[in-house]
Amino acid sequence: MAEKRRIYLDNNATTPLHPEVKKTILSAMEIYGNPSSLHSFGRQARSHVEQARDHVARFIGASSDEIMFVASGSEGNNTILSILNCECRGCEFNSCRDRELVTTTIEHPCIMEASKCLKERGMKVHYAGVDADGKVVMDRFKDLVTGNTGLVSVMMANNEIGTIQDIRTLSGIAHAKGAMFHTDAVQAVGKVPVDVNDLGVDFLTLSGHKIYGPKGIGAVYIRKDSPFCPLIRGGHQERGRRAGTENTIGIVALGKAIEMRALEMVEEEKRLLQMKEALREGIRTSIPDIHFVGHPTDSLPGTLNVSFDGAEGEAILLYLDLEGLAVSTGSACASGSLDPSHVILATGLPQECAHGSIRFSLGRENTMEDIAYLLDVLPKVIRRIRGMSTAYARRQ
Amino acid sequence: MELTNWAYTDKVLDHFMHPKNILEDEKAYKEDGRGITGNIKCGDQMLVVIQVDKAKDVITDCKWKTFGCASAIASTSVLSEMVRGMKIEDAYKLSPKDITKELGGLPEHKIHCSVLGDKALRAAINDYYLRNGMEDKVRTEEARIVCSCMNITDHEIEEAVLEGARTFYELQEKTKVGTVCGECKDDVLRLLEFYKNKHFCNIEEAMPAKTPA
Repeated sequence: MAEKRRIYLDNNATTPLHPEVKKTILSAMEIYGNPSSLHSFGRQARSHVEQARDHVARFIGASSDEIMFVASGSEGNNTILSILNCECRGCEFNSCRDRELVTTTIEHPCIMEASKCLKERGMKVHYAGVDADGKVVMDRFKDLVTGNTGLVSVMMANNEIGTIQDIRTLSGIAHAKGAMFHTDAVQAVGKVPVDVNDLGVDFLTLSGHKIYGPKGIGAVYIRKDSPFCPLIRGGHQERGRRAGTENTIGIVALGKAIEMRALEMVEEEKRLLQMKEALREGIRTSIPDIHFVGHPTDSLPGTLNVSFDGAEGEAILLYLDLEGLAVSTGSACASGSLDPSHVILATGLPQECAHGSIRFSLGRENTMEDIAYLLDVLPKVIRRIRGMSTAYARRQ
Repeated sequence: MELTNWAYTDKVLDHFMHPKNILEDEKAYKEDGRGITGNIKCGDQMLVVIQVDKAKDVITDCKWKTFGCASAIASTSVLSEMVRGMKIEDAYKLSPKDITKELGGLPEHKIHCSVLGDKALRAAINDYYLRNGMEDKVRTEEARIVCSCMNITDHEIEEAVLEGARTFYELQEKTKVGTVCGECKDDVLRLLEFYKNKHFCNIEEAMPAKTPA
């Protein structure tokens, strides 16, 4: 029996390893010295780590000593938010304890939860809303950022709807008020051009597994002379900013993943955009009563979020899965909670639509044939679900 | 297709892949009773229609429609099979637990998806009674689900009041009632007043009016 077709369209969740990264990981497995050791084994490991750091730094227009490796995007984001609340006397950001945080209503859960925690500890946190396309509402944002603001954190590209923010303008507003600016660029780095100086950010988070690197490795950009306070203490690694023996294999693999992005990103993202637009057009013409969520142009090339009236997201996801197609949903039922996606709701789409939202996120291994197969299967799945739905009156 | 490690049992998967007794042509179906429950804002809603052999008091057919996830679809599908040929009084007694058991279990966070099916069925049976002049048989449930989002019953509200909850907020803290769509708030406030009076005042009051599910 022929192997059933399996197509991965969930590249914003994570990505398959780039073949070159795989090779690099295999050879990096031979490097076992502790990068902190002075002997030749240590020095060998150190040189690999520093080479990777150079790749990361160069790719985002930073200098190497501004890059700190972390174990995940979530760790990076938590680290940056935690500097606002440290009460240690020695901490550089200590003076900012009484200052406020401004973020948005569509951040990744790690920023949402970390900011909620800061709020519970007594810090003032403001959430800037977004418009129907998921763009931060500038006027409102301007009002929220004041002389009391210590830090502003706005994600560069949204993981669910793909909308890309105008980070340069936002950071300009923050700096004009004397606030620091952080961007969670986990979904942006390696998909769209990112240059920390163009963007004018003080902190930036990126992650390996979203760009064909392995899980468990990420990096944070910390602008030179920015105040900083470690989240993980107890070692001199990463210039004393993050304790713990370096994840040599992960770091080397991240360096390679980024090196490959530097070579392939521009061409490949053009291809992803073409596929996305073909998918958008295909859905628009074959399925009635749908809503595209996310900015039509300022958006990640491979991300398309669609909500289907009268069809619940988890059911769509699982029927597609049975046909070998892997996607994700903003429905409550799939998340284990009872609330649908906070991002979809923040764009103003009603709750009943949020339950029917599906995210397609394309990656380097997808082809136009995958899109054709999806466009063959999807209308049938939606028709089938709507056929048994109380929430969809057939309009034929 | 590799389907190992599904969160769902084979039975759930089977009913999801091949749902039984979908109400395809609503207009043509000659129903003896109809019940609908749930809310599309909360992400699930179910409609159940039944045909009854009036001489024998037996449900001869049951069809349904569901807006919801895989476990909601499977729950209504399996329910429609369970009640065919069942005495109407027995069908009335079906609980979410019976449905979950028939499905071989559901993940814990999915249990609330199964509670709407039996509720819709009871609504359909009540509707059947009403249509056939048997108002006396219409029963409100012993434990009635007040908040269908969090699957909270009037019994749990009563317990919480006995444990000291005196405001809607305190009830929310204790039971999570009304923390999702909030549609049940008025209902909960009525129950709160009633149980406060029942247990902590000497005022005798009738049970608050219950609407058929």
